[in-house]
Amino acid sequence: MTDLPEQGHFALFALPVRFRLDEAALAAAWRTLQAQFHPDRAAHLSAVEQRRALQWATRINEAYNVLRDPLARAAHVLELNGVPLDLERNAAMPPEFLMQQMQWREALEEARTDAGALDALAREVAAAAQAQQDALARACDDQQDYAAAAQWLRRLHFTERLRAEIGRVRTAQDC
Amino acid sequence: MAYSEKVLDHYENPRNVGSFDKSDEHVGTGMVGAPACGDVMKLQIKVNEAGVIEDACFKTYGCGSAIASSSLVTEWVKGKSIEEALAIKNSQIAEELALPPVKIHCSVLAEDAIRAAVDDYRKKQAGGEEQ
Repeated sequence: MTDLPEQGHFALFALPVRFRLDEAALAAAWRTLQAQFHPDRAAHLSAVEQRRALQWATRINEAYNVLRDPLARAAHVLELNGVPLDLERNAAMPPEFLMQQMQWREALEEARTDAGALDALAREVAAAAQAQQDALARACDDQQDYAAAAQWLRRLHFTERLRAEIGRVRTAQDC
Repeated sequence: MAYSEKVLDHYENPRNVGSFDKSDEHVGTGMVGAPACGDVMKLQIKVNEAGVIEDACFKTYGCGSAIASSSLVTEWVKGKSIEEALAIKNSQIAEELALPPVKIHCSVLAEDAIRAAVDDYRKKQAGGEEQ
């Protein structure tokens, strides 16, 4: 099994290293590779060849899952461009941004028993997440400003976490 | 994940939850967040004329360890001078709460929150003198 090429997961699917993704091209390339390296197709081969096929199938799926997930894909693009995201090291976030997060969390607390308010909050946060993704795409793909892209990605992590939380509250309301 | 008894105690009976008036010149507000887990923490201190932290409160949206870390910190900073509060280290918080390695960043967040609150207070004081 070869090492991860310099172009990372993108090279595997012959896709350019960028955040904006041609989803159809990824899916098509994945299906082609999947068919090629599927363990069933190696059933008649030697044990060594079979293991190799399995390793490739695993590798292909790992790469596919990273590229399909916008947050993981963005982190991967940044890493390939020498700007690892390093979320664990507590990156300072702008106070206004944190204040907004705090307000949304408070709004979510209040919306626990109010389906209408929850819908409104969900729409607002979804729009914010979309705006952050757009800004990330511009910084990353158009301006090659990876430090700025990392900052947008960190914001997006907060917003996606909040959206997941909203989803949990909504599920609880529906029960 | 198993929380320590001290974390559970702070989580179930958080101390000093609430908010002070952000525009009060004696109040310092520290806002911090951890992108890795999406936690948001607000720590506020109320400082008297002698430079002693009279009161503190917090509001944290996050896991039990983040809530416990900020709750504990509000207890610790009360009655301390600003300098003494700044001397509080995340390792002390982590040790007191017996945080596991994966939750150390919660104690880092709480330490950062103290610093942010003090910075905000000092900024306000410096601004007030200039006027």
